[in-house]
Amino acid sequence: MNKFFTILAHTYKNRVKSKAFIITTIITIMLILVVSNLQSIIETFSGDQDAKQVAVLSEDAQWQESLSQVLASNDDLSIQSYDGTIEEAKQEVEDGDYEAAVSMKEGANGLPEGTFYSNQIANTSVSETIRQSLQQVKASVATERANVDQQVLQEITAPVAFELVALKDQAKSQEELNQTRGIVYIMLFFMYISVLMYGNMISTEVATEKSSRVMEILISSVSPVSQMFAKILGIALLGLTQFALFVIVGYFSIQRSQQLGQASFLDSVGLTNVDPGTIVYALVFFILGYLLYATLAATLGSLVSRLEDAQQLMVPMTLLVVAAFMIAVIGLGTPDSKFVTISSYFPFFTPLIMFLRVGMLEIPAWEVGLSLVILVGSIVLLGWIGARVYRGGVLLYGKSSSLKDIKSALQIAKREK
Amino acid sequence: MTLRLNEVTKRFGSFTAVDHLSIEIPEKQIFGFLGANGAGKTTTFRMILGLIDQTEGSISWNNGKIGYDQSHLIGYLPEERGLYPKLKVKEQLVYLSKLRGMSKSEALKEVDQWLERFKVPDYHNKKVEELSKGNQQKIQFISAVLHKPKLLILDEPFSGLDPVNVEMLKQAVVDLKNAGTSIVFSSHRMEHVEELCENLCILHKGKPVVRGGLKDIKRSFGKKNIHIKADFDTSFLERVAGVTKYKPLSEGCRLQVENESVASDVFEQLYGKGFVRTFDLEEPTLNDIFIEKVGASYE
Repeated sequence: MNKFFTILAHTYKNRVKSKAFIITTIITIMLILVVSNLQSIIETFSGDQDAKQVAVLSEDAQWQESLSQVLASNDDLSIQSYDGTIEEAKQEVEDGDYEAAVSMKEGANGLPEGTFYSNQIANTSVSETIRQSLQQVKASVATERANVDQQVLQEITAPVAFELVALKDQAKSQEELNQTRGIVYIMLFFMYISVLMYGNMISTEVATEKSSRVMEILISSVSPVSQMFAKILGIALLGLTQFALFVIVGYFSIQRSQQLGQASFLDSVGLTNVDPGTIVYALVFFILGYLLYATLAATLGSLVSRLEDAQQLMVPMTLLVVAAFMIAVIGLGTPDSKFVTISSYFPFFTPLIMFLRVGMLEIPAWEVGLSLVILVGSIVLLGWIGARVYRGGVLLYGKSSSLKDIKSALQIAKREK
Repeated sequence: MTLRLNEVTKRFGSFTAVDHLSIEIPEKQIFGFLGANGAGKTTTFRMILGLIDQTEGSISWNNGKIGYDQSHLIGYLPEERGLYPKLKVKEQLVYLSKLRGMSKSEALKEVDQWLERFKVPDYHNKKVEELSKGNQQKIQFISAVLHKPKLLILDEPFSGLDPVNVEMLKQAVVDLKNAGTSIVFSSHRMEHVEELCENLCILHKGKPVVRGGLKDIKRSFGKKNIHIKADFDTSFLERVAGVTKYKPLSEGCRLQVENESVASDVFEQLYGKGFVRTFDLEEPTLNDIFIEKVGASYE
């Protein structure tokens, strides 16, 4: 047991000190800080700017009045009537005195038509605002002509009241669902990345020991099985360390931006008000999913003789993770479809897809329980097979590195008595 | 604590790697384990260490099979050298000896002593990949003996070393033996085996073709060598009955004869032919025995 912890500590320490770990951690933390403060950052860059000046040349003073009214609530744009000719206006836009110039003319039906002049038309934020406002002006002009009452007009244009109500008591409300979708997506992505990253780490770790031939000394000191699981747990601790760092940084950063009253974006993806149940499920599925894939990665890693072959042998595992992630992403829109339901019981998909279902739907406890039993059962089975393959695999050196080697590995590891 | 292998056989599928091998390795001795490449030496070592199971037969040491609970008593220097290339020498040795059940402080003390002994005290904080091959080998040797094992398996310990380092390691091996370690030692260098081992076994295609004490083996081999220096042509000796090998030298020749009586025949044949400067009846070398036993069946 002592040696088990020696290997565990060795694996953990070596990885924590590694440049790769430090760099990925720092980059991710920076990313978290940026995302959680996105609002403040955007405002820092755009907040100080004055409203953009737009020169308006109108044939009808009434139209211009209407346009100003429509845009009155918009702080970013300021409408100014322009007395000169259109040529002068264009010149002033080119000189930078105005952001843009708009000329309104009477069209065929006596309704306003607009032309928008700007140095660049790639950025549509200003032109689009103007276009929409002009649309409203046109509508009011047209309806006024048809002698429609202003009151009636407002009633026509007001958005319809439309509310989604779930009939099952426990089903998630619309707002909840939107929030959950955000948090589930983030969690899915996180699981996907970490399973791939830590899985690769484990197989590289094993393959390095094999290719440097230090493995033969190691297995004469400590049983391959405890080596394998000490490594898996060592890397798991590393993952949890990273996870904890992210959660702590994320939590404080979100708290801070909430205090500044800038959390609306975070609210919309459900990061400010996470259901504790979802977090617990995320952790459980994350740990189990990690164990499943890590065991697979260690088994595959024990089969290669050279580090370069490790990547190649990891392909089947990577494909499984990618498939799970794809199904999960599609399933975000249709979490109750048959396909998603069935694939949530397949152990390699369970961590992502059952978590998605738990997060998005209210599903009976037995379903979650069943999938957990299958998952844990698969981990035990894979661990058992993996330990046997590992035992032989670490002594196996050959040119070919393929899944066929599993057979040779088992032959070496064969218990004769 | 004698190491006993009794009728040990290992098959991989239809291939027999080790075939009914029975040897006894007494305590506090250096036992030579010889064989051509692929003869089954490494497989035997792995079975002794319990890394793989034998198909048939039994292996016992210290009243039982060697398992991981005894790994602090065992030292192993595999033929394929391997250390963590990125780790520093000190970290490396401390980690490996902790896995052999040593405490960190104890290990550090031993590391100092061994590095000092092998005249590389300034290697503590060097990464292994920065060292020369020979020096990596010294570090690897230290990793096998740091925890003072009772049974030490050395697979080709001196390959790739310069003569000065070979002497240094040889002395260390002898000192370990005198301190009470049983050592199993494999080598292709017969002169090392002759110098160090009292008992040995030559393995050929998994079967032991020669085994026992070095002196007995030489005696029972029967054939002897004669070294002759003479002022006349000695090539006629090749035709003397009982001469199995003839190798002309610059002045004279070297003969292998079937037994001592052939030697006296040879001596009589020389008589009266001219002046003989040297007539030396030599014991067969281990090299001769090895080539005879292993090489013969190659043909």
